[in-house]
Amino acid sequence: MEAPQAYDYSQRPARLPDPVDDANRDLDIPLETRVEMYEMQLLLRQFEKRAYDLFMQNLVKGTSHLSLGMEAIATGFGAALRPDDYTFATYRGHAHTLARGAPPGPVMAELLGRENGILQGKGGSMHLTSVEHGMMGSYAIIGAHLCIANGAAWSAQMRGTDQVAVSFFGDGTTNIGAFHEALNFAVVWNLPVVFVCENNLYMEYTPIDVVSAVPNPAADRGPAYGLEGIVIDGNDPDAVFTAARAAIERARRGGGPSLIEAVTYRHGGHSRADPGKYRPEAEVEAWLERDPIPMYHQRLLGLGVGEGDLASIQQSVAGEVEAATEFAKSGDFPDEASLLTDVWADGGSAWRN
Amino acid sequence: MAELTYREAVARGIAQEMRRDPRLVMLGEDVAAAGGVFKTTVGLIDEFGPDRVRDTPISEQAILGAAMGAAMTGIPVIAEIMFSDFLAVCWDIVANEMAKSRYMTGGQVSVPVVIRTANGGGARFGAQHSQSVENWCMMIPGLKVVAPSTPADVVGLMAASVRDPDPVVFFEHKSLLGTKADVPDEDVVDRLGEAVVRREGTDCTIAALALMVPRALEAADRLAEEGISAEVIDVRSLVPLDTRTLLASVEKTGRFITVEENPRLCGWGAELASIVADEAFWNLDGPVVRITTPHIPLPAAESLEDMSIPTVDRIHQTVRTALA
Repeated sequence: MEAPQAYDYSQRPARLPDPVDDANRDLDIPLETRVEMYEMQLLLRQFEKRAYDLFMQNLVKGTSHLSLGMEAIATGFGAALRPDDYTFATYRGHAHTLARGAPPGPVMAELLGRENGILQGKGGSMHLTSVEHGMMGSYAIIGAHLCIANGAAWSAQMRGTDQVAVSFFGDGTTNIGAFHEALNFAVVWNLPVVFVCENNLYMEYTPIDVVSAVPNPAADRGPAYGLEGIVIDGNDPDAVFTAARAAIERARRGGGPSLIEAVTYRHGGHSRADPGKYRPEAEVEAWLERDPIPMYHQRLLGLGVGEGDLASIQQSVAGEVEAATEFAKSGDFPDEASLLTDVWADGGSAWRN
Repeated sequence: MAELTYREAVARGIAQEMRRDPRLVMLGEDVAAAGGVFKTTVGLIDEFGPDRVRDTPISEQAILGAAMGAAMTGIPVIAEIMFSDFLAVCWDIVANEMAKSRYMTGGQVSVPVVIRTANGGGARFGAQHSQSVENWCMMIPGLKVVAPSTPADVVGLMAASVRDPDPVVFFEHKSLLGTKADVPDEDVVDRLGEAVVRREGTDCTIAALALMVPRALEAADRLAEEGISAEVIDVRSLVPLDTRTLLASVEKTGRFITVEENPRLCGWGAELASIVADEAFWNLDGPVVRITTPHIPLPAAESLEDMSIPTVDRIHQTVRTALA
């Protein structure tokens, strides 16, 4: 019998990232798109850092799940989507909301529970939604939203719009029943939907491999549903954009669903309460070295973008996050007038006459 | 005017609305080619085709997820959950997603879905295929809850539910499927949130729902033979709830009795009893009485199930004792 697995996960062997694939710089992606992706990654990074700081100042209550280190995935997909496509995300959805073009000010204000928040303070960090930007919601109980994304894709199919729905989820979601129901259903109905697993190696505090039957929790399940098991470098926006573009175009042409597993790593813990101490130090260090943003900075320099141009983008993003923070802080706390509104379509909450 | 069974009325109501709204679609397990395991959707695929009436895998989360995603992007949907007991396997989508999305998103998301489901006991199916779970739904803010007792109400309340922009759970009672009554030939469109006085009376008010309505009416007939005049109200819609009709009746009769198929704790009658106690206390001439299923899982054996769900005898005896 093998010895029982250590329960101090930080003592397990580190799972190190693959090296950057330099061939990705030669992928067919317009330079303009790349510069936009650089800017979006910076926005997501600075926004999340600011959200963290505002927690520390006790201005953000409750919990929050940051995408620090994982920005390339939301960015790559955001760049590949058409404005009328649909995004469905999890509680870790700040990045996906911003990557669809939702304004940072109202998003930040929502984290602060202000009436100028994008949900008027009623949803909070875990439910960010901006229907006008195709961001159809952040779903805080994982799994359901894969099924709901199917519905949006079905609707697009029925309306003949060639819109595509993309559903983002973590590695932990691959072990919940709804994941399996959603994949089977999407294939059987040939729906224009793309399932994107952000595999950051930890379900919450537990390594995903400890609780999964297969090494690649999403991609290895794909073939059971007739889907190709696609694994990509989730820390390279060019790899993500290329995979996203292919899957979205396939769905748009009527080619049906895709399942993409993007391997990445979160720089922090699962949520506000978690320092992430269950991870081997060498692993954290190696993944911090594989940070998508400095890598992309170097790649853009190599492609001929000037250091000055990148510096001015950094400056403008810093200003944007500063303005978003000021906008958020300036908002009032929602008052009693909004407490009982919007349960029903009539705007109210009456359950009796 | 034609006589229809409750079962036929379900398909009639759906067809009426699918003819009216070409966007409306329906999905569920065995609902299309087979016409439903309860034969409540017979003929719909022939009239509306396989793109609008669709069979699904046994995947309740996938069914309701698809319904919700389509509804929030402009396609109204009727989804069938075969037995209401199965709501437990997709409850996340019902209670956490459909019900809460509008509020959580500051009004951005609308979910015009009707979840149809076969509810209630009397078929000797045992504890997992016989429950009355309308009270589960009633306690979730954001869900509307309807349970018709007659074929005409099935059609009219189906229409009202489909036309409602909020999620509605529509309970079809398994033991009423074979019952028959007249339904107008023209389109029938009812309103949610209106109770109906099925029998007028002066001595007590009996509030009932679905299968309990015909039982309460029969009990009222027997009570009348003994000189007790019972008013029977078919609640029809738990959310929205027509408290006006209930309170006006209690003001007249001075006694209030509920007849519920729910197990005792937190059955819908408890909420009605609370409202009557709060708002009609000075009209009451005696305690509120709740006639319910005991707080047990439903047994399968005929003899045991018949002891569990309120019968005409139990209603009759309980009311007679209470008013003695």
